[in-house]
Amino acid sequence: MLAVTTNPRIDPKKRAVLDPRKRQFAKAQWVEQEYAHRMNFYTTPPTGDISLEQFEEWGIARLKVLAELEACQFRNKPPAETEEYMRPVLEKHMRLSSTRSRSSETAMERKKDHYSHWSLRLAFSGTADLRQRFARLETQLFKLRLQHDDLAERRAFIDSLPMSWETVTAEEKNLWLDELKAATGFSSMRGDEESWFKVDWEMVPELVERRQVLLKRGKAYVHVREQQTMVVNEFSRRLEAGLELAARFLPRMDEDNRLAPILHHLSQSFVAPDAGYSESSSIGDMASINASSIDALSQHFPLCMLNLHRELRKDSHLKHYGRLQYTLFLKGIGLSLQECIVFWRKSFKLLTDEKFKSEYLYNIRHSYGDVGGDANKRGRGYTPYSCQKLLTEALPSGGQSHGCPYRTYSPDNLVALLQNVGINDRELLRGVREDVGKQRYHIACNRVFETTHKNEIKKVKDQSLWPASELDTILHPNTYFKRGFLLKNLGKVQSGDIGVDVPTQMSE
Amino acid sequence: MPHAVSPESSQELPALNSEAEVLPDAPPTTSLDTDAQSSDVEEPESKQTNAAPAKLDELFDDDDDDEFSSSVQTRADDSSQPAPQAAPKAQYSEPETLRQFYQRLFPFRPLFQWLNHAASPQPDFQNREFAFVLPNDAYIRYQSFASADLFRKQCLQMTPTRFEIGPQYSMNPRERKTMRSASSFRPVMKELVFDIDMTDYDPIRTCCSGASICHKCWRFIVMAVKVVDGALREDFGFQHILWVYSGRRGAHAWISDKRAREMDDAKRKSIAGYLELLRGSEHGKKGLGIRRPLHPHIDRSLKILNPHFQTDVLADQDPWQSSEQAEKLLNLLPDKTLTAALQKKWDSAPNRSSNQKWADIDTVAEAGNLSTLTTKQLVDAKQDIRLEYTYPRLDAEVSKKLNHLLKSPFVIHPGTGRVCVPIDVRRLDDFDPFEVPTVTQLLQEIDDWDAKNASMSEEERAKVLDWQKTGLKPYVEYFRGHVATLLKEEGRGKREREEAGAGGDPMEF
Repeated sequence: MLAVTTNPRIDPKKRAVLDPRKRQFAKAQWVEQEYAHRMNFYTTPPTGDISLEQFEEWGIARLKVLAELEACQFRNKPPAETEEYMRPVLEKHMRLSSTRSRSSETAMERKKDHYSHWSLRLAFSGTADLRQRFARLETQLFKLRLQHDDLAERRAFIDSLPMSWETVTAEEKNLWLDELKAATGFSSMRGDEESWFKVDWEMVPELVERRQVLLKRGKAYVHVREQQTMVVNEFSRRLEAGLELAARFLPRMDEDNRLAPILHHLSQSFVAPDAGYSESSSIGDMASINASSIDALSQHFPLCMLNLHRELRKDSHLKHYGRLQYTLFLKGIGLSLQECIVFWRKSFKLLTDEKFKSEYLYNIRHSYGDVGGDANKRGRGYTPYSCQKLLTEALPSGGQSHGCPYRTYSPDNLVALLQNVGINDRELLRGVREDVGKQRYHIACNRVFETTHKNEIKKVKDQSLWPASELDTILHPNTYFKRGFLLKNLGKVQSGDIGVDVPTQMSE
Repeated sequence: MPHAVSPESSQELPALNSEAEVLPDAPPTTSLDTDAQSSDVEEPESKQTNAAPAKLDELFDDDDDDEFSSSVQTRADDSSQPAPQAAPKAQYSEPETLRQFYQRLFPFRPLFQWLNHAASPQPDFQNREFAFVLPNDAYIRYQSFASADLFRKQCLQMTPTRFEIGPQYSMNPRERKTMRSASSFRPVMKELVFDIDMTDYDPIRTCCSGASICHKCWRFIVMAVKVVDGALREDFGFQHILWVYSGRRGAHAWISDKRAREMDDAKRKSIAGYLELLRGSEHGKKGLGIRRPLHPHIDRSLKILNPHFQTDVLADQDPWQSSEQAEKLLNLLPDKTLTAALQKKWDSAPNRSSNQKWADIDTVAEAGNLSTLTTKQLVDAKQDIRLEYTYPRLDAEVSKKLNHLLKSPFVIHPGTGRVCVPIDVRRLDDFDPFEVPTVTQLLQEIDDWDAKNASMSEEERAKVLDWQKTGLKPYVEYFRGHVATLLKEEGRGKREREEAGAGGDPMEF
């Protein structure tokens, strides 16, 4: 009953075709678009003709670029490194020359950029999850390109955008000069020569949140330097809205059976990397995992989980988010619901049975998908948290100990914690300190892993026991555990057991 | 609008409902003789049978809410027994008191207009979620009403001890489960809200702790309101801000500007971030880590707060009086030589007040006891301390989510019996939480007024509404004024947009 209405709207393009008289004289609405700027806001969908092969090839090329961009993010590369890394990738798959280069290819390159964006937009509008990731990556790509645009061309591009900003007049600027400086923190600048813009504060929520902009009666006074951020935000906002719209129109596209398989294929190859967890990350078939074996197994845990385990043992209690993170991890390593309940019950030894039942049991069962809404049950509860999740969630406050310790602990406390769990290698600790200082938290974690499993990794490499991809960067606590466990039990592992799952990159 | 007849109250909660209908409007002298009046129980049911078939879905709908409805049914009997008369505390949440309150005093009409933004019911109100807390502590979410009358009716039937207001949804919350995809039921609009609670001040207040407050620590709320209200008006340009006393130890703000109502979670989060300064509890020697020169908002706030720091904190709270307390202050100063010198001075003269100790910092520093700090840095450190002791401590989570529920204005706080009245910010300093009337007082005031004006003619007396006879009058009048300005502006905006076709009966009661 909630299906699409029986009377589908005819889109303007088709309507023109339907009326023969109009068709004869009308200027075709799908003429090739002119691309005046290198950058594109992708506001109008392409209307020209391209071959199916081009449709797919261009889509795949763009997908490669996005995948590499996401990989950079997973590896926590700082912007400068990402840029360095992305340059050859962009050059190879999605070259975009500047207008000044007078290359004969510019028109074609821009067309490819335009069309591929729209085909991927279609492919990834299916689920909220895909939409969100696509919007995030496209925004990053847009930002990356905008930063490298030729100065004059960027100016021209930005001026061509339909944005609602207003230049602050000289009088107004002088009036607020001190406040402008204080608000933005650009104390050294020569204020009178800089230009400022006035926009609705909703355009720059990040600046408002960080208190880096002057607000007056709902208007934000934005420095020209922040203009790029605003353009990027606007791009992101429109893309998200566009994706929502595309999602609603998607069901009506079914009549064209040529595109659907291509779109499906494109979106499939985008699904894999984020989750990074599958049932095979448990070691259930190799060792018995029950409530009483957790203590012994904890030696293989990554620091985030080991820390929770230690806190739990110390206080006989963990706060909500810590419990959630740890329960899901335990679920991931193959602890059954029954054993998990036993584990928590025993661990919270200061609690009465009644309190445990009324306040804690439900959450554990919910994590396993034993209770809760239909969707939760069908999905068998939540997925264990990935590093990305742990690194992006809100920081724990007093008394909480969830999250990634490499991020949540101050460097000194982190080093103390590492020493506490038996990591004393001075060189390693120095490296960790450095990584953490540069906010490369999970590189630090991988560094610890590689050092503590040095000998085993060497053996595996020398004897080529595992495919190289199995020793890739670790992006998931459960991968850390499983790989660590397997490495320490190399003798017992049969070659068939090497199912250490590393998230397959979408470029593969 | 059949769904609005609130079927669950009649069918799901037979005990509660029948009781509510049975109890007469007359003063509570009538004994609660349920047997004698049990014949009346039929009445509400028969009244509603004509509407019943249309509401089947909703019945199922609410049956699905297993934990709520079942607990209501099993425990409804408790509440139907007359509560012991002696216990004064329980009196506030006694169904009879509550029902009288909702019937005679609660300003349903302005509340409706405030949430509806127009005179005739529109989705702003109709698709809005209300959550009821019943006398037996059952919590019922996703209630919605087609009109203020129906809303009032359900309040009278269920006598909630309090109710909370949520967002307007993309569809009627009662029908949410009829949609196939969960994503089509989503919050679309709600007032921007803030919650300031005294518990967050426990680390710095010396007079009370936990749930209790006194005049001294109420000043913290006053400071917070001034700062937040200033920022909302001057920086964000909001105009329709309603501050409400939360009934015990805090205050809520409701911002009804259209621009504020339509904000998504990200924007709410950024406003909360803009206003939030004291994250986490321990700051220590590092200070608050705020940039210099101060952001204009912090600068303005500091100007507002400085006089309060002198009187309300240093003089009234006297937070560093004892030597253990003074330790706290020393911990906030990042210069070892300075703290050592101060420690020495205070050890030799143990009875110095916080005011003197605060002044000592400068005297001792001027005497050349600074090692690592420049004078400028000391000024900054002192600013940080002032902010730590005065800057609003918001419960930011409340503000960040569009779908967060917050207790409605004018309901009764179950612990104190006080009505959650609006606070007039223009006369903020005069507001005294201890003078806020309790429900029992108000009901008494009606009786007193009636007794006093017994000579008045029937006609004259009918002109005076019950709330006008009581201490609730100024608060209701203030609220009506607030709503009137809001509606005026909404009307202006609406006329520009379009003529809405959906009509509703203009309500009056």
